[in-house]
Amino acid sequence: MSMLLEVRDVSKVFHTGGLLAPQAVHAVSHVDFAISADKPEIFTIIGESGSGKTTLARMILGLEQPSSGTIAFDGKSLAQASGGERLKFMAAVQPVFQNPFEAFNPLKKVDRYLESTARRFLGLKHKAAMATAMDEALQKVGLSLAEVQGRFSHELSGGQLQRVAIARALIPNPRLLIADEPVSMVDASLRMAIVNLLRSLRDDFGVSVIYITHDLATAYYISDRLIIMQKGKVVETGPARVVLDAPEHAYSRLLRSAVLDTADAGDGNLRTDPELAALAARVASQTGRLEARADGRSVRVY
Amino acid sequence: MANVLEVRNLKAYYLMNYFGVQREVRAVDDITMSIGRNEVYGIAGESSSGKTSFIKVLAAAIRPPLRVVGGSATYDFGGGIEVDVTAARDEDIEAIRWRHLSYIMQGSMSVLNPLRRVGKIFEDFASRPLGLSGPAFRQVVVDHLGRLKLPPSVLNAYPHELSGGMRQRVTIGLATVCKPQFIIADEPTTALDVVVQKDVLSLIKSLQVEMGSSIVFVTHDMSVHANIADRIGIIYAGRLVEEGPTRQMFTAPRHPYTAHLVASLPRIGDMARRPALEGRPPSLAAPPQGCRFHPRCPLAVEKCKTEVPPLATIGPGHRTACWRADDVRPLVGAEAAVHA
Repeated sequence: MSMLLEVRDVSKVFHTGGLLAPQAVHAVSHVDFAISADKPEIFTIIGESGSGKTTLARMILGLEQPSSGTIAFDGKSLAQASGGERLKFMAAVQPVFQNPFEAFNPLKKVDRYLESTARRFLGLKHKAAMATAMDEALQKVGLSLAEVQGRFSHELSGGQLQRVAIARALIPNPRLLIADEPVSMVDASLRMAIVNLLRSLRDDFGVSVIYITHDLATAYYISDRLIIMQKGKVVETGPARVVLDAPEHAYSRLLRSAVLDTADAGDGNLRTDPELAALAARVASQTGRLEARADGRSVRVY
Repeated sequence: MANVLEVRNLKAYYLMNYFGVQREVRAVDDITMSIGRNEVYGIAGESSSGKTSFIKVLAAAIRPPLRVVGGSATYDFGGGIEVDVTAARDEDIEAIRWRHLSYIMQGSMSVLNPLRRVGKIFEDFASRPLGLSGPAFRQVVVDHLGRLKLPPSVLNAYPHELSGGMRQRVTIGLATVCKPQFIIADEPTTALDVVVQKDVLSLIKSLQVEMGSSIVFVTHDMSVHANIADRIGIIYAGRLVEEGPTRQMFTAPRHPYTAHLVASLPRIGDMARRPALEGRPPSLAAPPQGCRFHPRCPLAVEKCKTEVPPLATIGPGHRTACWRADDVRPLVGAEAAVHA
């Protein structure tokens, strides 16, 4: 089975503090996973701020070099890629960012951004060919070129703009989308439109998605597999529903218990278990190792 | 039980006049509601629904181009302190601010002065309304921080030295140190991580119970409302479209928009496909005729396009503004019932 993306034992250390008080921040430590080329899936990275999930995404996108370990796309290591291979890689792995209002230049029409993507990655020169490519991508997200042409980013709603951002990412026909908190800035009523869209990209267009989030409920809803990260370390990984139905690691259980449930609406049930929080905080500094379980998950044990 | 806030037919518009072109944005259009003592009232609505303009009026922060063009919003804090914020003079507002009426803001980093230590920020905010200074004031602040599970040492810290959750707790501390009777909380937990969010919510709730205050809690996240609010009011395009006790809003919503908001929440342990609402919120400068929700409403009929539905009482404490309220079914609950 060939692998689309292989992340092998990747770590990232940031050095701060200069000569006198050097400090090393272990943003990501020894993360290891792979996404198969044959079966598109939604792979979720769950973690709070400071868990290293965004750093991991930036390394996969090639915006950041790992301190150790390798990231290989289609069997080729990114570190040794030549210029042409790099461009091919950039076309095949596309990002979608958190805040669509920041991703678009407010002074340019949104189709300019789509157009430059089409020109750069598809090598298109003629207006008509570019328009076809743009329209095709926009159709996939439930929009059309006629709707967005000539509009500025402030003329579209957050949900629409995020869909345009996803359409932009789809123009080079990528095989992998990296979506970093794509719904956290979007209103509740439009959130599901984006989440359902990611789902249809997988089911109907065969695009794999790395979905980065701290929202366990949407992760449960769309993902196939997930990893839960705490302070740069993977603490639990496995099939999404196996893990989230009955999380085993203390930190996963803490996250699970912090999800606000609507089943008991109006009861004002806001208690958290202080022992669980203390346990999760205690193990955060320990190394431990991942141990495989019979149900397909791996849990960090100490 | 007397209400602490009575809002009557409140209309607040943004009135602009650029180069002779008049523009009118009806951000708050005819809202009537009341909030009781000791109550947490949740306000839900998407961005550009007018919810922020509404709470600006409630917080007595009415600055041009926002103008109140009709109606009233009257606080009754007991002891003869009765203030209509739409007509009050600046001195009257000054007299109730922080001591009676307080405000928890969203971005803790932009509320706290980055160049002053937390202790100094507390002095800036609360020393005058409390009428205390020196060690007596410090003691009050330290006691209050204890309630928020913050050590006294935070008073010597600068805002950037605190974590996001601690900063938000400091902001809550600032808003509650004078023991106000009415607190407006504008998305206080939206920027926080899940675990911290639940902590902060339970903190707000326990403070509210301890001080006996009323809270207006604004967020677009219905799962937050489910866990903190006693009653929920849904605002759509400048109007209150439904209001009711929290449990009923989730189990038996009677406005299609509420039904949709509730149904679109994903839940762990439930894989049913969640519907997404198509379209976008209408522009408040040119809202649709009739019911403002009709272009996106699955139940819309001819009448909805021309006649504005009144906010009618349909049960104890439950009001809805929909011509077809009797046909609204909970979207997910119904599916769940079929499977069960």
